[in-house]
Amino acid sequence: MALAVCVAALALLPLGYIAGYTVEVGWSGVRELVLRPRVAELLWNTGRLVLGTVAVCAVLGVGAAWLVERSTVPGRRAWHVLLVAPLAVPAFVNSFAWISLLPGLDTYAGALLVVSLSYFPFVYLPAVAAFRGLDPALEETARGLGLSGWAVFVRVQLPQLRVALLGGSLLVALHVLAEFGALQMLRYPTFTTAIYDQYRATFNGPAATMLAGVLVLLCLFLLVGELRLRGARGYAGSGRGAVRPVRPTALRRLTVPALAALAVLVAAALLVPLGGMAYWLLAGASSSLDAAELAATTASTLALAAAAALVTTAMALPTGWLAVRARSRVATLLERATYVGSAVPGIVVALALVTLSIRATPWLYQTVPVLVAAYAILFLPRAVVPVRAAVEQSPPLYDDVAASLGSSGADRLRRVTLPLLAPGMGAGAALVFLAVVTELTATLLLAPTGTTTLATAFWSASSAFEYGAAAPYAVVMVLLSVPATVLLSRDTRRGLTP
Amino acid sequence: MSSLTVTALTKAFGATPVLTGVDLHVPAGGLVALLGPSGCGKTTLLRLVAGFDDPDSGTVVLGDRVVAGAGRGVPARKRGIGFVPQEGGLFPHLSVAGNITFGLPRQQRRDSGRVRELLDLVGLDAALSDRSPHQLSGGQQQRVALARALAPEPSLVLLDEPFSSLDAALREETRQAVSAALTAAGATGLLVTHDQAEALSMADQVAVLRGGRLVQLSDPRTLYQRPADLDVAAFVGESVVLAADVRDGRAESVLGSLVVTGAAVPGPARILLRPEQLRLVPPVGAVPRGRVRSVDFYGHDSRVRLDLPGGCSVTARLEGADLPSVGQDVGIEVSGAAVAFPAAGDAAGGAGPAVVVGPAGAGPTRRRAVEPIS
Repeated sequence: MALAVCVAALALLPLGYIAGYTVEVGWSGVRELVLRPRVAELLWNTGRLVLGTVAVCAVLGVGAAWLVERSTVPGRRAWHVLLVAPLAVPAFVNSFAWISLLPGLDTYAGALLVVSLSYFPFVYLPAVAAFRGLDPALEETARGLGLSGWAVFVRVQLPQLRVALLGGSLLVALHVLAEFGALQMLRYPTFTTAIYDQYRATFNGPAATMLAGVLVLLCLFLLVGELRLRGARGYAGSGRGAVRPVRPTALRRLTVPALAALAVLVAAALLVPLGGMAYWLLAGASSSLDAAELAATTASTLALAAAAALVTTAMALPTGWLAVRARSRVATLLERATYVGSAVPGIVVALALVTLSIRATPWLYQTVPVLVAAYAILFLPRAVVPVRAAVEQSPPLYDDVAASLGSSGADRLRRVTLPLLAPGMGAGAALVFLAVVTELTATLLLAPTGTTTLATAFWSASSAFEYGAAAPYAVVMVLLSVPATVLLSRDTRRGLTP
Repeated sequence: MSSLTVTALTKAFGATPVLTGVDLHVPAGGLVALLGPSGCGKTTLLRLVAGFDDPDSGTVVLGDRVVAGAGRGVPARKRGIGFVPQEGGLFPHLSVAGNITFGLPRQQRRDSGRVRELLDLVGLDAALSDRSPHQLSGGQQQRVALARALAPEPSLVLLDEPFSSLDAALREETRQAVSAALTAAGATGLLVTHDQAEALSMADQVAVLRGGRLVQLSDPRTLYQRPADLDVAAFVGESVVLAADVRDGRAESVLGSLVVTGAAVPGPARILLRPEQLRLVPPVGAVPRGRVRSVDFYGHDSRVRLDLPGGCSVTARLEGADLPSVGQDVGIEVSGAAVAFPAAGDAAGGAGPAVVVGPAGAGPTRRRAVEPIS
């Protein structure tokens, strides 16, 4: 319990920092810093980008999911893998590929295009899972009541997709709010890029913190809104019995347009970034590939990621355990706290930790522990969710049975509890590990001087327009992300956050 | 094996009393079924006996060893009580063999002969020993769970609704296998169930628990024929209850003058008959009459609902194919004796001591004591 409280406290640290700072600045200060044209401009930019991206992703995600799950489009399995694959390409790498090919993309449309292509799988995945879970009997009943195919989609399927669609849209929106690298590269100003510029210019000025405050408010607003809209989730019926396979809708003459649409989507989301990387890799291979440095950077990235994975999984254990074994309001609150903490954009977490470590513990400023703490705050849910699921799968019954068979407490831990939790903890650690490999924002602000990761090395090279030098780092990141993507495409029922 | 004696056991969760002074005795080598509707506290009683929870007061004695109460609390792992949970509760990360040998000392866990012996005991093929639990059917899982519980040769085996998750055909088969294994192992058993057919058919003694209190402990036949009150009667089988006037060992009712068993207090009473005691005869002479309201045909027998002249209706269970048709007038004859209960007041009330009916010290009647496996 005490451990879980500590974990929740750490997760809420950035929020607490923002709140504390706001109180410190006072109302007049807040008014001066927040109520100005610049903030309105950022709000407009961020708002229309979030709304636009959510809309585009919803259409792309649900459409693609319907084609793959419910139509006779050829090669459905292959399309499924190709539609999840964009997740393996970090958004800032995607953005790099597009801007290096089409320098004119530094507009709203360009940002919308790049960000949507990076994030539509967040809607696609839960939509696929929802389509798969839909009871075909409902559709048949609707048909039996005389509804047309389109009416069935709108009146029967779409309402049931609501939870999946909302969850996916929330993920997309939170990611867009937190997105920094891709938008900075496209020179599209939003809160994150403004905070970063502000921080670089004035070093933890109150202006940056207040911008972060507005950004955090937006995130919380989204979280609460999603909870409200989701309402009493869950639908009655549909026993656990084997669901009959659905007969997919025949596309007939629409097959070719459907194939073309999927092909364009995959080409834009996958081929462009991969092609861009390949192009710059070949173009830059002659001049600037430093194998030793690439290896050193990869090694330090892997070491950081491993440390973060270990720490985060260890922190997830008490929270996940408590949430299942000692169900109570407090336990639920502690669990939710870890989710809220990680909904805070990386730039805000980084800013909070920079300021706090300078003020409270100067000897920790820009050290590995602070960086690992930031990773833990950002990626805790990725570990909590699988650990919690694993605890759920090992009910206290096993403990009772083992005790009745003469097994002592330590013996039970070794022979029953740990073996049962191991797969969940492994999965959680792997997800955190892979998230850290491609983390950019917090690493940029918090990494100890001289420590570079794949993401920061890529960033500094591409910011200096040395695209050839940047490409190898991007390739390594994408390769390292492939396993996580495979995990995700297999287990489509489990989203990135609950 | 050893006997189990529970005395004045009470347990409350917060302000809600779950058990209020339960006394129970399971003789060594016997199988007692703990029967009751859900929420009556039977699983709580089982958990107290197993040592997973501690009682508020009262004692649990295994053989001559006090394991709970009187200031003692022996932890579950030192009680030597086998436990078979509802869904089997097999460790999913261990094979069948790993599950069965879980409670054995380290050096015996490798002994494949022991595994084979135990699988054989519960009627399973030794080839299953390398399977994972999820590759087994529900019935097989239950049997492996029993083998696991029997492996350390416990003095007592607790079975918590072990058959409730199985479908009807599998349930019967698993029940028989479990019965045979318990008999062969000579283990003392306490079986929790809410299924009266299961309790009546498997156990030597049935303990009926209601509202945290033991209302009757007797052998299955006595329980069915002479229940402690009308609620117990209805719980263990279908009943026909009629108003009657008891005089000189006979009850005057709408079905005529019936013999009453036991010491019945003279005066107005409610009498209990079982539907199979009613027979249909041609409506001639002075036999009580009824009119057939409905007939449910089950194949092996049929249930006929009859409207009686007084406005009440009764149910008769008939064998054979010779069934009356709906609306027909029939005569009704009663075979055997009725059981009389006081007419007013609720005999089902929670007050008063537990009523123990039946031959005193009725031991295992249908099960043979067999040498324990060694």
